[in-house]
Amino acid sequence: MPLTLRATLLLLLPALLLLSGLFLLPIGWFLTASIAELGTWPEILEEAEAVLLSGAVGRSLLTTGWIGLVVTLLTLLLGYPVSYALSRVRGAAFTAILLCIVLPYFTSTIVRTYAWMVLLGRNGLINQILLGLGLVAEPVNLLYNRTGVIIGMTYVLLPYMVLTLYAAMKAVDQRLLQAAEGMGASPGQIFLRVFMPLTLHGVVAGLLITFILAIGFFVTPALMGGPGDVMVAMLIEREVEITQNWPSAALMTIVLLAVTLSLYAVYSRFAEPGEAVR
Amino acid sequence: MMGPVLRATLLRVLVVLLCFGLLAPIVIVAIASFSGDGYLKFPPESLSTRWYARFLGDPRWRQAILNSFLIGALASALSTLIGFLAAYAMLRGRLPLRRVVAALLLTPVIVPHVITAVAIYFLSARFGLVSVRPWIAVAHSVVALPVVLVILQSALRTVDPALERAAMVFGCTRWGVFHRVVLPLALPGVVSAALFAFLTSFDELVISIFLAGFRSETLPVRIWNSLLLEVEPTIAAVSTLLIAVTTIALGIDALLRRRRGEGFPGR
Repeated sequence: MPLTLRATLLLLLPALLLLSGLFLLPIGWFLTASIAELGTWPEILEEAEAVLLSGAVGRSLLTTGWIGLVVTLLTLLLGYPVSYALSRVRGAAFTAILLCIVLPYFTSTIVRTYAWMVLLGRNGLINQILLGLGLVAEPVNLLYNRTGVIIGMTYVLLPYMVLTLYAAMKAVDQRLLQAAEGMGASPGQIFLRVFMPLTLHGVVAGLLITFILAIGFFVTPALMGGPGDVMVAMLIEREVEITQNWPSAALMTIVLLAVTLSLYAVYSRFAEPGEAVR
Repeated sequence: MMGPVLRATLLRVLVVLLCFGLLAPIVIVAIASFSGDGYLKFPPESLSTRWYARFLGDPRWRQAILNSFLIGALASALSTLIGFLAAYAMLRGRLPLRRVVAALLLTPVIVPHVITAVAIYFLSARFGLVSVRPWIAVAHSVVALPVVLVILQSALRTVDPALERAAMVFGCTRWGVFHRVVLPLALPGVVSAALFAFLTSFDELVISIFLAGFRSETLPVRIWNSLLLEVEPTIAAVSTLLIAVTTIALGIDALLRRRRGEGFPGR
């Protein structure tokens, strides 16, 4: 028999207390208290305009959106074949592909970032290979610039894309593909006219979740980027830790939070609840 | 138009390359950590454990290991306990606005960790809680809770409500049903949830950066602080420890999953 409403709420209480005490209320308090420092509404709006449209913040917002977009499209491009293969194989091949996705997925972001810093350095393996193949005459700068950020973030976010796409692809009824084949469709036609439309919602969900995570990124761009690759999350951290300019951090937080939550609202229409977590 | 055989081969080669690219960086760091060279070279010219000696010989790194395990264990216990109660309520309870509550419980994963971290720091600084280890564990529980909830809801779904009804018919109290029927049946899932909660806390960096202070640095925070200065080989040894912990946790989870007869992590 189902629990009573009182019992249900009682069981949920610790979780709701944790969530409100250390998540909802602190975010609300940080935002309202910091914004309130600015004074009256017209003053707040004036300051918001000054901060958000200022050179550094405006540029960082554009950088964030652009890096997020490039990284998201790259993860789709690289992730689609992997998810497709994962959804079509069984047995040892399935386990092997899954391991290649899950091990990086659960490895700390800082470790994955460090791994690429080692690989992309001036004496790193990638430069050794490029020099060895005679493709370049001297070591290429792959680190502390936009290239490094994009490689690192694509690597860190690829498993999210693959697992989201896989969830959609695995749900495709194989009999539909067989039916198409039985009626004389070529493999290309089956893919384009049956498989693709059936998994399109997964692609949309994957694009959204990857972009949502990418625009909030902090660790990888901070370590692998150069002076021109300052993302909003890095700027928020700097305002708090270095300049202690709370109002400015709060204004940027509001923008980042608003974009994230609106995209999440769209995302939850395309994906099962909870899919984003694992 | 390509022939089907050629196309299948091309796809296979592409997938093998991509999988290699996913796994290789982690494997390379692990191998390079045993290098005997003065800087990180791959493949290493000689092998040694000198970077491990330097890592484990440094009291600050040892303190970080202790902090990481301590905070991870606390966060895991707390979030698994809270998450178990909530997951049971979400599945068996009568709840208005269930979808809203479900979405709300998962938001800590979606909201950029920097925002969560800054907000918790804002709160903690006012109450003198910065660099208090149990408090860092509580903060980690916020991001571990959604992970725990997803795993436990899927584990509890496999517990047949008819068994619970049967136990109640035979005079078991609600609490009796909970710890004699539900908990034993869901136990492998609870262990998995605790493992992944531990991993979430063990690998967490952004919240820890703000809350650690000098005293309570975790391993990821130590790595971060040292990487801001230079890319030094000791970090490869530290990274390998973190990779080993992840691998062991995934291994245990795979064994548990095999016993439950599930194939895929968490879904």
